Amino acid sequence: MGPLDIYLLEAVINGVLLGGVLALLSLGLNLIFGVIDVVWVCYAELIMLGMYGMYFLYTVYHVPIGLAAAVCIVGVAILGVILHVLVIAPLLGAAPINQFLATGGVLFFLQSAATVLFGIEFRNLGLRLPVLKVSEMFISYSRLLAFAAALIGMILVYLFLTRTYSGAAIRAIAQDRQIMTLMGVDTRRIYLITSALGGGLAGLAACLLVLQYDVHPFVGLSFGPITFLICVLGGLGNFVGGFVAAFVFAELISLGGLYLDLEWGYVFAFVFFIVMMFVRPEGLLARRS
Amino acid sequence: MTRYLPWITGVALIGLPFVYHAPYPLHILIIILIWSFAYTSWSIMGRFGLVSLGHGGFMGIGAYVTALSWNHAGLTPWVGIPLALLAGGVLAVLVAYPCFRFRITGHYFALVTLALSGVVLQVITATRDHTGGSLGYTPERYRGGSSLYALQFSGKTTWYLIALGVWAVGLYVWRRVDRSMTRYALEAISEDEDGAAAAGVHVTAEKLKITVLSAVMTALAGALYCQYQMFISPDTVSGISISLQMIFAVVVGGVYVSLGPTVGAVITILLAEVLRISFGTRAVGWDNLVYGVLLVLFIVFLPKGILGSLHDVARPRGKSGAAAA
Repeated sequence: MGPLDIYLLEAVINGVLLGGVLALLSLGLNLIFGVIDVVWVCYAELIMLGMYGMYFLYTVYHVPIGLAAAVCIVGVAILGVILHVLVIAPLLGAAPINQFLATGGVLFFLQSAATVLFGIEFRNLGLRLPVLKVSEMFISYSRLLAFAAALIGMILVYLFLTRTYSGAAIRAIAQDRQIMTLMGVDTRRIYLITSALGGGLAGLAACLLVLQYDVHPFVGLSFGPITFLICVLGGLGNFVGGFVAAFVFAELISLGGLYLDLEWGYVFAFVFFIVMMFVRPEGLLARRS
Repeated sequence: MTRYLPWITGVALIGLPFVYHAPYPLHILIIILIWSFAYTSWSIMGRFGLVSLGHGGFMGIGAYVTALSWNHAGLTPWVGIPLALLAGGVLAVLVAYPCFRFRITGHYFALVTLALSGVVLQVITATRDHTGGSLGYTPERYRGGSSLYALQFSGKTTWYLIALGVWAVGLYVWRRVDRSMTRYALEAISEDEDGAAAAGVHVTAEKLKITVLSAVMTALAGALYCQYQMFISPDTVSGISISLQMIFAVVVGGVYVSLGPTVGAVITILLAEVLRISFGTRAVGWDNLVYGVLLVLFIVFLPKGILGSLHDVARPRGKSGAAAA
């Protein structure tokens, strides 16, 4: 293989690994949209808080990393419930755009709260995971770990949704929210479970992202918008579509970054998104009506 | 008396810098006027439920096209600004036409325009050889001092009058839209697109008109900001946070009243300045913290904004506002 092929293969593999994490991110957001019918604009900021949680627990207070991760996942899940109770629940009957803007306000709030509390320095775990060398390619171990954990997380959520009563109720509400109240499902309880689940997924994502990226108050802006676009590209609320879209996006970013700059990778991804919205407004996997 | 009030206020505002010209308050006033104009531009379409998160993009285009054509092509802003407005308008048509044609509304419209903001920000950052990337960009000074040719003035009074004029034009446009048939057409569209179309409203054309108008005005705000500050960076004139900032100020002031965006700009900018002065560098983040909490509280309890709600209190039997945004 020529040197370019090696780089190409490396970029493709890194794209797949990035795609796993992006798929995990979009899964949480999709779940919330599909069930509660709101977009958490501040989703990435919850992840940012989870990353700070990991940093403080592991690096500052020397909590074992497994325990720290568990605490973070539960903590962000609780934050998700709080967000639902304080902001989303009072606005459930309001126009969708108001919910959108209110969670935008929460985004501002969380970002600046982090700035005030933690300052604007970049922090990292100080944990160096080895880099795998496969023939001539370098693949970071943390990305591999993130990919694997993201897959396992998604399988667990899948099992929860398909094998438990609450999971069945969640899927049913995503299909028809009026009927399910008549069928004796407590919508409020399901909303709370979903918010906790969405928050927990954000917490898991935080634990994985903090292995690869420095945490700072504005870190959410670097992957938040991408996550929304992936969800919309896959069709909001469509779990499989979001999964596929995450990998498409990740490959665009990774390959664009290989041939030009990283920013151009993002530009390609955004432009691809805008064009796809016109070609397939209901999402990649939607059937044409 | 109320009939003459706008004229009296107008004369007072024009006369102000000749009576009182301490540089700092004047600077704050200029900044408030420029942003008020930008927010008014957003609200022209935002009040009809067309929530765009792409206005950061239009503002960035306005600022960077003006600055780049001055530095690289040697074009005076008198040519550069029209070019920038044209670029903003063309971009608006490119994105908005397919959106309206394929009936992308609500959430989806907000997210497509969000992607647009992202594209503009990333393109500015990626072409760092020409635009300076995230380090920012400065239009070259023209022979040091003030020049009408280069649209650069060292005196704050001149800038104040320019900003005041542009702001007044913005309000005038707002009123013209408010009293036009377009307004009724767009209100009908925001309530029920099919119904409006059945009643003979050309849905795509009406939405496109208002979007292009709003985008061009926002680009002008960007160009003005660039010429006044003589420094622009991707984060101060473009991107998603600028788009959110516009929406926030408009929601606080009120979307359905002409002076709402201005009130929003006054409140948000004064808040930021007061915090900055009283807490210094420790205030970093506090202004946005307060914004965020206020934004949530406003949307939950006062969706019409401060001025809008005052209007309702003053005229309880008046026409209730347009459809809920």
